[in-house]
Parts: sequence; structure tokens; C-alpha cells
Amino acid sequence: MSDIINLTLSSLINKIKKKELSSQEITNAYIARAEKSKDLNTYITTDFENAIEKAKKFDEKGNFDYKLPGVPLAVKDLFCTNNLKTTAGSKILSNFTPSYESTVTQHLWDEGAILLGKLNCDEFAMGSSNETSFFGNVESPVGKKVVPGGSSGGSASALAAKLTPATIGTDTGGSIRQPASFTGTVGLKPTYGSCSRYGIVAFASSLDQAGPMTQDVSDAALMLDVISKYDTKDSTSVNFKRGDYFKSLSSNIKGKKIGIPKEYRVDGMPKEIESLWQDGITLLKKLGAKIIDISLPHTKYALPAYYIVAPAEASSNLARYDGVKYGYRSGGDNLISMYENTRSEGFGDEVKRRIMIGTYVLSSGYYDAYYLKAQKIRRLIKNDFDEAYKSVDAILTPSTPSSAFKIGDKTNDPVSMYLNDIFTVPVNLSGLPAISIPAGKDKNNYPLGLQLIGKAFEEQNLLNISYSMEKELSFKNNLQDWWIK
Amino acid sequence: MSKNKEYLIKRGNSEYEVIIGLEVHAQVLSKSKLFSDSPTNFGAEPNTQVSLVDAAFPGMLPVINEFCIKQAVKTGIGLNAAINKKSIFDRKNYFYADLPQGYQISQYKDPIVGEGSILLDLPDGEKKVGIERLHLEQDAGKSIHDIDPLNTLVDLNRSGVALMEIVSKPDLRSPEEVNLYIKKLRSIMRYLGTCDGNMQEGSLRADVNVSIRKTGDKKLGTRCEIKNVNSIKFMQMAIEYEANRQADILEEGGSIDQETRLFDTKKNETRSMRSKEDAHDYRYFPDPDLLPLELTEDFISKIKKEIPELPDEKKKRFVDKFKLTPYEANILVSDIETSKYFENVIKDSDIKLATNWITGELFALLNDRNLEISESPISSKNLSTLINLIKDGTISGKIAKTVFEIMANESKDPKSIIDEKGLKQQSDPKEIEKIVDDVIKENPKNVELFKSGKDKLFGFFVGQVMKKTDGKANPKLVNDILKKKLN
Repeated sequence: MSDIINLTLSSLINKIKKKELSSQEITNAYIARAEKSKDLNTYITTDFENAIEKAKKFDEKGNFDYKLPGVPLAVKDLFCTNNLKTTAGSKILSNFTPSYESTVTQHLWDEGAILLGKLNCDEFAMGSSNETSFFGNVESPVGKKVVPGGSSGGSASALAAKLTPATIGTDTGGSIRQPASFTGTVGLKPTYGSCSRYGIVAFASSLDQAGPMTQDVSDAALMLDVISKYDTKDSTSVNFKRGDYFKSLSSNIKGKKIGIPKEYRVDGMPKEIESLWQDGITLLKKLGAKIIDISLPHTKYALPAYYIVAPAEASSNLARYDGVKYGYRSGGDNLISMYENTRSEGFGDEVKRRIMIGTYVLSSGYYDAYYLKAQKIRRLIKNDFDEAYKSVDAILTPSTPSSAFKIGDKTNDPVSMYLNDIFTVPVNLSGLPAISIPAGKDKNNYPLGLQLIGKAFEEQNLLNISYSMEKELSFKNNLQDWWIK
Repeated sequence: MSKNKEYLIKRGNSEYEVIIGLEVHAQVLSKSKLFSDSPTNFGAEPNTQVSLVDAAFPGMLPVINEFCIKQAVKTGIGLNAAINKKSIFDRKNYFYADLPQGYQISQYKDPIVGEGSILLDLPDGEKKVGIERLHLEQDAGKSIHDIDPLNTLVDLNRSGVALMEIVSKPDLRSPEEVNLYIKKLRSIMRYLGTCDGNMQEGSLRADVNVSIRKTGDKKLGTRCEIKNVNSIKFMQMAIEYEANRQADILEEGGSIDQETRLFDTKKNETRSMRSKEDAHDYRYFPDPDLLPLELTEDFISKIKKEIPELPDEKKKRFVDKFKLTPYEANILVSDIETSKYFENVIKDSDIKLATNWITGELFALLNDRNLEISESPISSKNLSTLINLIKDGTISGKIAKTVFEIMANESKDPKSIIDEKGLKQQSDPKEIEKIVDDVIKENPKNVELFKSGKDKLFGFFVGQVMKKTDGKANPKLVNDILKKKLN
């Protein structure tokens, strides 16, 4: 059993295809471990009985040519799943069961994967520590009372704790990469328009993007093969020629030009992050890459711009949760009081804070000074990257300015919480792909990640560079299973 | 325009001119909605034309319906307007129970259609009314307050249906001009097939902006907006009331508050809904779920090729080619179905007679029975036959009216009616001569009186002949023969 959960996604698939392992054996192994790992609070909803049933069916007459043949997977509870409760980590959707499936999860099931359940996340994906979920904090397997990062915290924790062989999250400002970095896992945010947003509970439409969270880079490539497809149901989906990411993986990166942006050397950055970055640079040189110093001059405006654009879109996207049609409804003497009670009781503090910020920056008299200016900054940041990509193929930065922190450490200081996203948000604002790979540990033995940012639609390049680094880094989490009961 | 025909509000020595601008909401004629594939059938059971997108379920995304874009462009071309190659869909944010998304997708700063114009036919000439813009937006659902005593019910069938908001410049000056403007706009859209213009079903409604100013003043007065008026009659009544209300305020030295008002159709008055201070802050911003809409030259020119002959051109052709008076042409082109009917009738019958019969007898009949011309019990083919029967002397105009009445009730072709009822005109001079002789023989006294100079009696003799022939004798022959015999 313990062998099974220690396998990567790609080796699991190999064993299934060779009939060395059955889907039922694998599914049961993950369920058994999940049952013993409840203290991590990774699941909001489990669907174990159905999963076992589906595994049985797969073993009887499954298609072994599928990319994910009989593989059990848990996914972030932001993806709508047909007939299974989808909460977005919020009280306001705590009783909501969709009658439809998100495009991205549908792709997983179409390739033979089996749904284990829905993973905890920050409420409406708003948070960097999974502390805003209505369903409680998630603990990271890397340390007691340590946050797994957010917003895909449940996904990162479940993956690192080996409760699912791989998972998918969503990334609006770093929600895949930051928790991946905090938990010693791989997190890829594809180019905006690569994966369909259809059926994903929206946070900030122009920034949201689904992506894989995996144990290694090969698994990320494999998952990307499955979920990245053009979708006419999402008007922002882009019809570009997708690669055969897994098959095309190559560790030869000789001559690749990697940019090091000086603006990411921020004040007060811990020494261990600085040396992690330096080690990454040294490694890339060793692998034959060319290191080039670059400048992304508008980087310092990215975080403020992000915290205008994202809340603005969120304030409008979340207007539909009004108690009228579905989800939580409170009482009231009239329509207005029903709205007020429903939304006051149904949303948590962080969501309310962002709705208020978003409403403010869009209101007449403030629109030009905030929203419009933020959009201009967004363009300038995009231009910075375009300019840099004239001379480099990818950019290397730390994934986060610090390692994982303790639960409760930053909950009373939203701004210091927002600073977690400082290296990840410019990527979302520019629509670019980026990956976080585990690259080292801090003094507490908590993982640290490096981020590689690529050119739009050039995920293959990004995967290859991180694949070659991963081989040399040979990072191991070495978790002690302290949470198992 | 001559001074005395102007619509002016008089107060003491002051005369006020009324300035009107309209924001017409026209439902796009389309099988499916603006951003979803749900059907748009009118009168369906509540909440049966609703998709997950229309009901704003989590994670649902809008996808532009290309047909609705074509319809808007088509309408823009019909309004002689500039088509914007790039336009943007924005979100207009507000909360209401029948607005599932919590915002309406509309176009704010960058509409699909820019400036254009409409020509109005006034009794003393044409008037050009400017169009400011046309933009596309979603309709909301419907809140129903009068079924359940405790709850408001919501019907989302209309939610997401495509509307064109067509904004005029403040160029209208009277309730009558508003009447002509709406009718012309509706006529153009019906010609184009972009809106059915059905006001009863709510396919066409308008917000009416009204202000007044002293005649001769250049500066516009403060306007009030009367929301959502759904018939031309109510628009006219609302303008009349509102202009007079504003004049009363100004005469008493007051000033007009810019506000949104409602027209109460029962009390025939407008009343304040919300003031400028209470106006919603809609927090418009570009909808991040939709990319800017970009139209290619090719897309636009293909649509241009599909534009049919529009009322103004058709009118010109009817006047030039068929020698109709502008008045007659106007009546015949105002509705596309009428113009088609007319052109079918005159394919092989007399134009003058056809014009008279359509604008006279046929319109009276349709009006009487409250029918559209497409529902006419008399087909264009049958009317054409009837006109030919008059023209070739088979029946008289008078008999034709009898035949027309029978056609209206039995939808038969006129020839078989004439045969069945024996209504064919008697045009054999010998037979008529015989009857004339009989009549003269039977009325010796009147013959004497006539010959002694009582000319009026001629009609009596005609009447007698007609009586004997059940009105079927050819009137011209009767006249000729009588004159010959009596003189």
C-alpha cells in the first residue's frame, strides 16, 4: 500500500497499463490514507463510495489507452462537478450542487480519471494561506500548524501528503505556485487562455487560470496534455497549437537564455531565499544555459495594480451570490434586507473586504484614478515582459518572498498576507505561463520554490527547463507522516 | 416649418418649445439569446427558456451570438449609421431579483453602431432626426408581484434576450414627431427583419427624455427621463403631461430637477422615480469574460449586400415608376407587408385602381376586423383579378364592392363569385335597348315630364333599368341608350 502512494502519477499510469496495479488497489490506497489524514482538513467533500465503484468498473472494462486510466484524483473545490457539492470554500455555496461539469474536470474524466473528492481552498480563491475557507484551515504536511499556502491550499496539502497522486488548482495571483512552493510540490500556471474557465467558480475572470499541481515536472506535463484544450464555451479560450508536452519533455537546455530580473531582489527578502535563487542561477549555468540580467521596471506596481483589478472583477463576479437562485439564503423583510443578510452571513471577511475594495475602485469618480490606472499599469508590466523576451527565453525568480508561515501569523495583517504574491502576480497580470518547482529548504526544513516564467503559449520550454533543473536538484520532502491517525 | 404648425406650450406671454430624445429598446429578432443558446419564444411557460448562463450559475460564461451582432450591424446600416469595427461589452452592475448575474452586459463607451439618421415625412416636408448610437445589451428577467400575495416570483425567460438600444439625438419637437419617428424606426427594422416591432409583446419600448425651453433660446433645458413606456399613445400622453408640468414649474419661477420619472397610464401623469442624486452608480467596466468585439470589413460588406430596399428608396421608386403621389406612396411603403401586397397586385392589374382599392376598401376591411395585411382574407391575386374584371367591363365598380364583400367573407376568387351569383355586367346593347323600351313604355307620364324639361328625371329612368337588371346593366350603355331614346 505504502508503495502505491509513493508513486508519481506517471509511474502509477505505467503500472496500471502493465496491469501490475488495478484501479481499485490504487483508489483504495488513497482513500485509506485520506481516512487517516483528516486532521489536515484537506477535503471539503469526499466521493469515496462512487470512486470505488468507478474503479471497479474501470478494472472490469476500462480503456487502457486513456492518458489517466483509472487514476483517482481529488480536485480543488472551485471546479464545478456534476452531482457533487461545489462550495468554493464559502458558506454561500455550502449547499450548492451543480448539474454540470467544468470543462477542465470533464477532460480528466474523459481520459479515465476518477474523482476522489473536492479539496479545501480559500473562500472564492481569495487568500494565500487557506485560512479564509468557511470549512476551516488546512494544515500543511511539512509542519504542524503550518499553512499550506493558498488559495489552492487543500490541493497542495493533499498532494504533498500523498492523498492524491496529482491534482488541479486555479491561479489568479499565485494560487497554484505559492502553495506548491510552500509544500515542496510542482505547480504550473498555464498561459491565460490555455485551459478553459467554463465551470470554474470565477474570482477574477481576466486572471483566473486552471493548472496542474503534481509531484514532479513530468506529471505536470502529463496533466497539461489532458486539461489544455480550446473550448468554445469560454470566449477567452485561445485556439493555439498545443504541444505534446509529456512526450516532448527534454532535459537539454544548452544555450537557453534565462533572464534574472533585478527588481525581484526585494527589500527584506530572507537570505535563504536569496541563496536559493543564486543556487538556481548556478545550476542553470551548469546545465548550459546562458544567464542574462534583465530589468522589469514596473514590477513594484504589480501588486497594487493586482489588488485593484482582481477585487474589481470579483466584486462584480460575486454579485450573483444573492440568495435568489441557489446557495445560501438568509431571511429578510424585503428584497434589500434579504440581500444584506444573505451576503453578510454568507461571505467571510476577506471576501467582503475585496468586494468593498472592488466596488470602491469601480465607482464613479474613482474609476479613472484606480481601475483605469491599474489597467494601464497592467499594460506596462506586459510590455516589460515583451521587452525582456526579446533577449531571453525564460525568467528565473523565487516563487515567494518567504517560506511557509504558521497558521494565524498573518491573518490580522492583510497587507503582509498580500505581499506573499509579490513574485507571482506580475505573471497573471501579463497572462504568461509560469511554474514553481521545489528547489530547497529553509532553516525549519520547510520547502522553498523557484519560479520560471515563460513566453505566452510556450509551456514546453518552461517544462523542459524545470525538468532539467529538477533532475539535478533531486529535492525530497521526507515527510514524517506526523498527522496520520 | 411654418410657425403655426409648431407644437408649443403656451403660458401667459411665454411660448415653450418641447425637446424630445428617445432611447428605444428594440428586441433583436433572433432564435436564441445574446450570450446563450436558449430560445426566445414569447409567451412560453415561465422559466422554460432559461439556460445555466441566463440564470448565472457559478462558472457559467457568456458567448456572443454572432447572429445578434449581424442584426445590430444590419440595423445600423438601415439607420445610415457608422459601424464601429471595434466595440466593447461592459458590465452594468446593480442588484435586482430578476437580474441573475447582478450585472447587465451592455455596451457603454464603445457601442457597435455610431451616428446615423432617420427621415420623417411631415405633412410639409421631410425632417432628418439624428441617431446618436445603437448598442447591444441583455434584457433582464421579469419580477411578478401580483400572483403570490407574500412573494415576488421571477420569470427568467427574457433574461439574456438581445436588445438594441437606439438613442436619438434631441431632435424631436412634438408628440406627433415621436409618433412618426417610432413608426419609421419600426418600419425600417421590420424591412430589415431585425426586430418585429411588436409593442404589445414588449419587443419595442422606449425611455423618453423631455425638456422645454423658451422659443428662440439656444440652450437646452434640464431634462427628465420617463422610463419604459410601451406604446406610442402613452409616449405622446407622457410627453404632453411632462412638457406642461415643466412649463408650470418654470412659469412659477421654479427650476426643473433632473430626474427619472414613471408614466402612470391610469392617472395619465408622470411621477418621480428617483432624482439625480439617487441615481445608481452602475460601476461600468469592460466584461472580462468577453474579448472586444472586432468586425472585419468583409463581415460588414457581406451584410451590406443583404440589405433590402428600404422604405425611403421604395417610396421614391413608387412615386417615380408608378406615378403615385408621395402621400399614397408613404401609406403603401410604411409597412413592408403592405408594399409587398401592393406590388403583387399590380403585377398584372391597373396601378391607379389597385392603389385606390388597397388604401380604400382593403384598409377599411382590415381596420374593421383588426387584421394585419398578412392575415387579409383577400389575397393579392384575387384583388388583382377583381381589378381586372372592373377594368375590362365584366363588372361595374358598384358590383365590384358587392363582390369584394363576398370575397372578404368567403375568401373565394371573384370570377367564381360573379358566376355563382350571376353578377356579370349586361353589356349587350340590344338587350339593354329592350329593357329601356320597356321602362319608357311603363312610365309615359315621366317621359312627358322629362321632355318638358324636368332633366332630373333622367336618374329615375337609369334607376328603373338597373332595377330590372338587378344592377348588372353596364351603366355607360344604359346612359347612352336612354339619352338616345328620350331625346
